[in-house]
Amino acid sequence: MKANYGYLDGSGEYFITIDTDLCIECTHRACVEACPEGMFEIITDDYDDEVAAIKEEHRKKVKYDCGACKPTTDRPPLPCVVACPPGAITHSW
Amino acid sequence: MITAGIDMGAKYVKVVILKDGNIQGKAMVATGFEPATSATECLNKAAQESGIELSAIDHITSTGAGRKAAPNINSDITDVGAAAKGVTYLNKDVRTVIDVGAEEGRGIKVDGDGKVVDFAVNEKCAAGAGAFAEAMSRALEVSLDDFGKLSLQSDKTIPMNAQCAVFAESEVVSLVHAKTPKHDISRAVHDAIASRIVSMVRRVGINKEVALVGGVSHNPGFVDALNRGLETEVTVPENPEYIGALGAAIVALERTKS
Amino acid sequence: MTTATKEYWRWKEYNWHDENIDPKGAETITAGVDIGSVSSQAVVMVNGQLYAYSNMRTGSDSPDSARNAMNWALEDTGLTLDDIHYTVGTGYGRVNVPFANRAITEIACHARGGNSMYGPTVRTILDMGGQDCKAIHCDEKGKVTNFLMNDKCAAGTGRGMEVFADLLNVSIEDVGDMSLDVDEEPEPVSSTCVVFAKSEASSLLREGWSTKRVLAAYCSAMAHRVVSLLERIGVEKDFAITGGIAKNSGVVTRLEKELGLVSLKSKYDTQIAGGLGAALFAKALVEKQRQKGG
Repeated sequence: MKANYGYLDGSGEYFITIDTDLCIECTHRACVEACPEGMFEIITDDYDDEVAAIKEEHRKKVKYDCGACKPTTDRPPLPCVVACPPGAITHSW
Repeated sequence: MITAGIDMGAKYVKVVILKDGNIQGKAMVATGFEPATSATECLNKAAQESGIELSAIDHITSTGAGRKAAPNINSDITDVGAAAKGVTYLNKDVRTVIDVGAEEGRGIKVDGDGKVVDFAVNEKCAAGAGAFAEAMSRALEVSLDDFGKLSLQSDKTIPMNAQCAVFAESEVVSLVHAKTPKHDISRAVHDAIASRIVSMVRRVGINKEVALVGGVSHNPGFVDALNRGLETEVTVPENPEYIGALGAAIVALERTKS
Repeated sequence: MTTATKEYWRWKEYNWHDENIDPKGAETITAGVDIGSVSSQAVVMVNGQLYAYSNMRTGSDSPDSARNAMNWALEDTGLTLDDIHYTVGTGYGRVNVPFANRAITEIACHARGGNSMYGPTVRTILDMGGQDCKAIHCDEKGKVTNFLMNDKCAAGTGRGMEVFADLLNVSIEDVGDMSLDVDEEPEPVSSTCVVFAKSEASSLLREGWSTKRVLAAYCSAMAHRVVSLLERIGVEKDFAITGGIAKNSGVVTRLEKELGLVSLKSKYDTQIAGGLGAALFAKALVEKQRQKGG
């Protein structure tokens, strides 16, 4: 399952996508520690799979909460994406 | 050399006239339904105050959302470019300009000459601009003026869950029903806008000195919330609403020289 | 005495049950309770058949709303809460359904309910709710394969439409048909943000636009906005729309036109998809429990 956390508002589209089919195989779950804002958590989803998700309190603020990792001048590799061996995490902006 | 800058804002048209780089006069007129007419009226008013004839103006540069609608202009410049020039003219030490108007917020990194190094914008969403505070003051049934001041009476931090101004209105109404004092709600609202502005400015970097301009700089509740969020004191220039027009007039002067 | 202002956002609340089903002594009676931010539904199934439901405005307290919706669905059925073998709570207030055995997200419930309402060929479900908008892809079993939920922004939600109904003094239930009663389709309102769209609409009215024309411009903007949201996950056929806005012909017609697709229709109320899915999950869960000998 592709879980898209985030939103679209007048200013643009801001989504973090977690591909749970890739995530489920991962034993590291390093995203939880890698994110400086602590946005990731491991949940048991509706189909009883243990997968990473973006915490509820960050879902409506990803544009702002990801700001520190996304300076306007260049785009360094994102810590969450780097930390994810199966490549389950993508950002839309 | 006489130059003029016209800032065609969504709500007001502002004009600043410079003579040899010194401020000679300024004026403000409500934009209304015919921005071009308002621009002419505003220019006339400023010329009158400056004691000069319109025909004596060598170069007019427009800025603001409606800058292309200004009549008889020689050139135009973006809001970001104008704000950077205007702020630096008044204070050469400014490196970060925060410009928050009713409909958008901007963070601008500038050099000592008022050139834009980098910028970030919050736009097209009321959550990151003054419109958010306006909507909440209406929901609380207090004037926008009082709403800003009320915030200073509070020392409580209540988080607001809603990001969207429409949803936040319902949240404010629930807080009122829960007997939350209006000044605490006011602080929560200003903290919410300020935190969005701070996150945006962080993307260009926060370097001292930091100046705040735009209509929202008149709101003491917002300034206080921003200072706490940035962990530094912002400076607000005198007549911050004229910064765009001033910057455009300086650009006009530079363009007559080149 | 205060003058009552007309509540333009108000829609009809109702309950229903199937007279042809006798629930007494049925092997499996399950319920799904969907507590949304604006509306709540309780759906009761008897041996996997839709038996009864209610659809009402959510109150300020989620547990009360859940009890009220449930009691209303059970009204005149001869059943009480004790007769229900398993209940699943869903929606924004899902963890506050006091009598629920489990909470499941509205995403999973909409996919499951949509699969039942529109049939196993449905692959894309767009749920336009009171304070959110969801785009869901599901497989032939109604299992979610891709989803997004936008609950950050009021554009594209029922709440956004209520703001316009209020501004234009038009009952929310009339918005759609009125918006289609224009000679020529106007340009959509250009602002996405509801706050800015509202000021834009006020200017259009001052310029002499008719109420219908402004409604047309807003319905069209909302349709366009939802299409951009759908683009994130893509639209696969078959396509269905659930939620309150699915009843707004002005938005649905324009949305279908922009997508070049006709949405599947159901004989059931589009607002019960979440509750129905929850009741179906409840049935599967109670059967699993019984198998385990629980």
